[in-house]
Amino acid sequence: MAQYASILFGMILVNNFVLVRFLGICPFLGVSKRLDSAVGMGLAVTLVMVLATAVTWPLQQLLDLWGLGYLQTITFILVIATLVQLLEMAVKRFLPPLYRSLGVYLPLITTNCAVLGVAILCIDDGYNYPQSLVAALGGGLGFLLAMVIFSGVRRRVEEAEPPEVFRGLPITLVSAAITSMSFMGFSGVIDHLFGA
Amino acid sequence: MNAARAAQGAPAAPAAGTCPGAQAEGAAGTAGLGEVFAAGLLRENPVLRQALGLCSTLAITTAVTNGIGMGLATTFVLVCSGMVVSAVRRLIPDSVRIPAYITIIASFVTLVMMVVKAYLPALDSALGIYLSLIVVNCIVLGRAEAFASKHGVLESAADGLGMGIGFTITLVLMSAVREVLGAGTFLGVRVLPGFVEPMLVMVTPAGGFATLGVILAASVAIERRRRPEVEVDLTDDVCATCTLGCAFKANEDRFARMEQAVERFERDRAQAGGKGSEA
Repeated sequence: MAQYASILFGMILVNNFVLVRFLGICPFLGVSKRLDSAVGMGLAVTLVMVLATAVTWPLQQLLDLWGLGYLQTITFILVIATLVQLLEMAVKRFLPPLYRSLGVYLPLITTNCAVLGVAILCIDDGYNYPQSLVAALGGGLGFLLAMVIFSGVRRRVEEAEPPEVFRGLPITLVSAAITSMSFMGFSGVIDHLFGA
Repeated sequence: MNAARAAQGAPAAPAAGTCPGAQAEGAAGTAGLGEVFAAGLLRENPVLRQALGLCSTLAITTAVTNGIGMGLATTFVLVCSGMVVSAVRRLIPDSVRIPAYITIIASFVTLVMMVVKAYLPALDSALGIYLSLIVVNCIVLGRAEAFASKHGVLESAADGLGMGIGFTITLVLMSAVREVLGAGTFLGVRVLPGFVEPMLVMVTPAGGFATLGVILAASVAIERRRRPEVEVDLTDDVCATCTLGCAFKANEDRFARMEQAVERFERDRAQAGGKGSEA
């Protein structure tokens, strides 16, 4: 149990997907202006990350079995693209209220490096199936947490008046640096808590 | 625009790969190629001007060797995938073009990964998963969608080369700043005098965000001084400037339309219900 908690909180706080691993920077900068869209995007990414890992992990075992490990990238990206498309269709058909809140973000996620990133990371780190699912959940929740925190930071930044040349993207990146720095405080804490 | 595209595309498509056909287009064609190539270097630099490919720019620029390796790998993928997408652009149905482009890009990324793993194992372990993540680098898919799917093979190659070298320049610049300040070395050779303590924060993720922010601001300042007539505006709404089909803007429109339809439906139902009770 402690092992799963260590993976989960490690992915959320220590190896945060956005602020430490730099995966999913585009939606992090593009969709974090408002809190509601930040939450919607974060939840959609979490859902897709867990589903994608649930599908790609067994696939990798098959690829390894047949000695086709080098096809990992091409297989994973196509599977993820198909999965997102299917998920969008299914949610639209069966869960219209969910589609109204999350559906708009789904097409954005196909080429999101966080989803492909978590699928490959779980293989590279040698996680077993349940560990991979927990890692994917942690990665998604970490993404959600970073989005929510950063949407609050941005509200303040928008009211501030930085130097002319820093307006827009540059000051957003500098505030992301400070947010990222605050997450550096967590390194070591998780290992200490769960003794992994 | 359509006429221009047809005029460019028609002679280039059959001449794919054959030099004599391309030369027949004359001097104007070569000048065009040079211009296409030069655009990506600074004027339309993927990172500094279009804010694309930020994930790998932030992640791997802790050492100059990583920057060069990543830049050249991405350039190779850009040039090759651009040429192939351009060559088959008339064969791919519009509805499945994005998955088709992704497959083409992923094939070249796999190729690069195999070569790097075999001949440069140190670079392979330094770049880690970011090497395979070239496949979701918005620069590559963005150029396939915005340029290669509308232009001839040679032009697409020039565009890919320009964009790739522009990307490499930015990566080298960024990693030079971070390596010199954060580790006190350049390409592994110590450059800072011994008594200067390296600022470790520069090679941490926070240093990556801060360095990119400052470099972007500096590039805006330089561009404003050099060409005051051009309006340089780096919006923080990166999805609005993204050239991909998934652009958030398009989806926002769809979202708005959906909301309107629901409202209309509920209003109609309320009206029908009101009439029913009156009757």
